[in-house]
Amino acid sequence: MNILICIKQVPDMESKFKINAEKNWYDRTDLAWRMNEYDEYAVEQAVRLKEQVGDADLTVLCIGGDQVKETMKKALAMGCDRGVHIADNDAYKREPIEIASMIAGFAKDKNFDIIFTGMQSQDRGSAQVGVMLAELLAIAAVTTIVSFAFDNGTISVKRELEGGTKALVSATMPVVLTCQLGLNTPRYPTLPNIMKAKKKELLTIAPDVGSSAISQETAAFYFPEKKSGGLVLEGELPDLAEKLIHLLKEKTGVLA
Amino acid sequence: MKTLLVAEFREGKLREKYSQLIAFAKGLQTETSMFLVGSPTDLPQFSGTLFLADVAKYGEYNPTVHKQLLLDVIAKEQPEMIVFHHSSYGWDLAPRIAVALKAAQISEVIAIEDGVPVIPVCNAKLRRKITSKTAQTVLTLQAGAFGMEEDPTGTPTVIQIDTGVTGKVQCSGYEAAKLEGVDLTKSEIIVSAGRGVGKPENIAIVQALAKALGGDYGASRPVVDAGWVDHDRQVGTTGRTVTPKLYVACGISGAIQHLAGMKKSDFIVAINTDKDAPIGEVADVFVVADLKQFLPILTEKLLAR
Ligand SMILES: Cc1cc2nc3c(=O)[nH]c(=O)nc-3n(C[C@H](O)[C@H](O)[C@H](O)COP(=O)(O)OP(=O)(O)OC[C@H]3O[C@@H](n4cnc5c(N)ncnc54)[C@H](O)[C@@H]3O)c2cc1C
Ligand SMILES: Nc1ncnc2c1ncn2[C@@H]1O[C@H](COP(=O)(O)O)[C@@H](O)[C@H]1O
Repeated sequence: MNILICIKQVPDMESKFKINAEKNWYDRTDLAWRMNEYDEYAVEQAVRLKEQVGDADLTVLCIGGDQVKETMKKALAMGCDRGVHIADNDAYKREPIEIASMIAGFAKDKNFDIIFTGMQSQDRGSAQVGVMLAELLAIAAVTTIVSFAFDNGTISVKRELEGGTKALVSATMPVVLTCQLGLNTPRYPTLPNIMKAKKKELLTIAPDVGSSAISQETAAFYFPEKKSGGLVLEGELPDLAEKLIHLLKEKTGVLA
Repeated sequence: MKTLLVAEFREGKLREKYSQLIAFAKGLQTETSMFLVGSPTDLPQFSGTLFLADVAKYGEYNPTVHKQLLLDVIAKEQPEMIVFHHSSYGWDLAPRIAVALKAAQISEVIAIEDGVPVIPVCNAKLRRKITSKTAQTVLTLQAGAFGMEEDPTGTPTVIQIDTGVTGKVQCSGYEAAKLEGVDLTKSEIIVSAGRGVGKPENIAIVQALAKALGGDYGASRPVVDAGWVDHDRQVGTTGRTVTPKLYVACGISGAIQHLAGMKKSDFIVAINTDKDAPIGEVADVFVVADLKQFLPILTEKLLAR
């Protein structure tokens, strides 16, 4: 089987964010970077599938500047066979359709049986790239999967719907699957596998941006307001506890 | 301007939340019609045109079929805006429509300010306003962001629609949520554990605080996904929506999907080491502290009262 996994490098969400000079994105300096959480599930599922069927080749793909190679190495250490880095320092500015077009440009003649993506990226959070990719390649897509099984060429997945209900869906290949949190438990790369990953192929290729026109523009980028009237308590912990208990007595009926 | 609202139908029933789409459209004051693959015997209360495909004929969600039905209506109606819920139906179908129309898609809209959609960035830590540059725009709306039309009334003018297309992906049924234990929707006090608890052993300190307050404990999704707490106790869009008198969020960042499940609580306390955590947007009191140290102290003081 021929499998593609699309991953994105995103900042650690606990970072202290600042807004960039153009006021259209976060400032990208001084941040800790990691693999998009949703994509860790995608990588893990692909590796498990290879462990199950034996004969599978896993290509991990990431679009971004040189720094994304660090994150790609993690995917290789988790068990992907090769990496394709589409070099593009402007990737962070691109719309989902542009990212999807770039991936489709690479994937169109490679006959991937399954393409795993995350259901959304944690920073841009559009939840669009996976489905758009499938549409551009004219193949099926199943979104938000929380369970995956492969048997005799048939894929059975569970899609997560609202309120905890799941839809049982079967699909044939080729297919794009977008992975939701909790699909599996992503492994931590072991030291021997980290060493092995260093020898794996990590090819950097030039982007093929195509002709997609700009369809949207950032009009403003800002921090949301804290709750008006909300109190922020800082200081010595025993004092904080006293203050909080006092507030609960004063403002709620629960400590009566 | 013309707007087309995409309503949802699942497991034999119209999804009530269509009234959020109506509330959204009211705010824009546009000419509005609705699209639904549903049943002629379970119609939305909406006074406008409803383009209805019969679910008996086309089945519940099938991406290829629903896409074609919707594209046919769009071709005929030429709406400037096509509006979905940001839901398992919406985020699956909307990008297919956006690609076909070469239209901008703006996902998870939480507000419209001066006519411009606002969306969350970085797990809700930041906000971005986006203007569309295309003639048609596809929007998905965050659950609850635009309120409900209180008492939707009216009877739609139904136009039946059909297609010959069939799809590749087959939905063979549904699996109900497993909810056999505690029902947090009835709790008056909830103390929830988030990923900030760090390890499963620390759930105990959250439970201890819940007990000292005379309430129940809940959790955010990663804690449930990790198997540290049962799914019954998950708060958020894919768990429970709760409205206690007091909600204490311990080590929870406040992602949109979590907030949607608890922001209507009467009084919200957040305990978090990150002062900028988006839970601050709904917290009445934000205690900047390490929960591992703070919760035992707080519990002890509560018990000593
Ligand atoms: C379709 C969909 C549905 C979803 N449904 C749900 C849902 O129903 N419920 C839900 O909760 N999520 C849901 N999510 C996931 C959601 O987007 C977030 O990923 C999740 O809520 C994050 O959980 P968290 O706040 O516990 O973890 P994180 O976002 O990782 O936050 C951890 C927080 O703990 C703080 N912290 C760390 N250490 C400490 C410490 N020692 N003391 C105090 N604070 C500390 C950090 O500052 C941080 O703010 C859904 C996502 C999607 C895409
Ligand atoms: N720069 C990128 N490189 C590779 N894959 C990406 C990139 N951006 C997004 N993706 C994939 O698309 C998914 C959805 O992203 P988004 O539409 O931005 O929410 C992610 O989980 C990734 O799998």
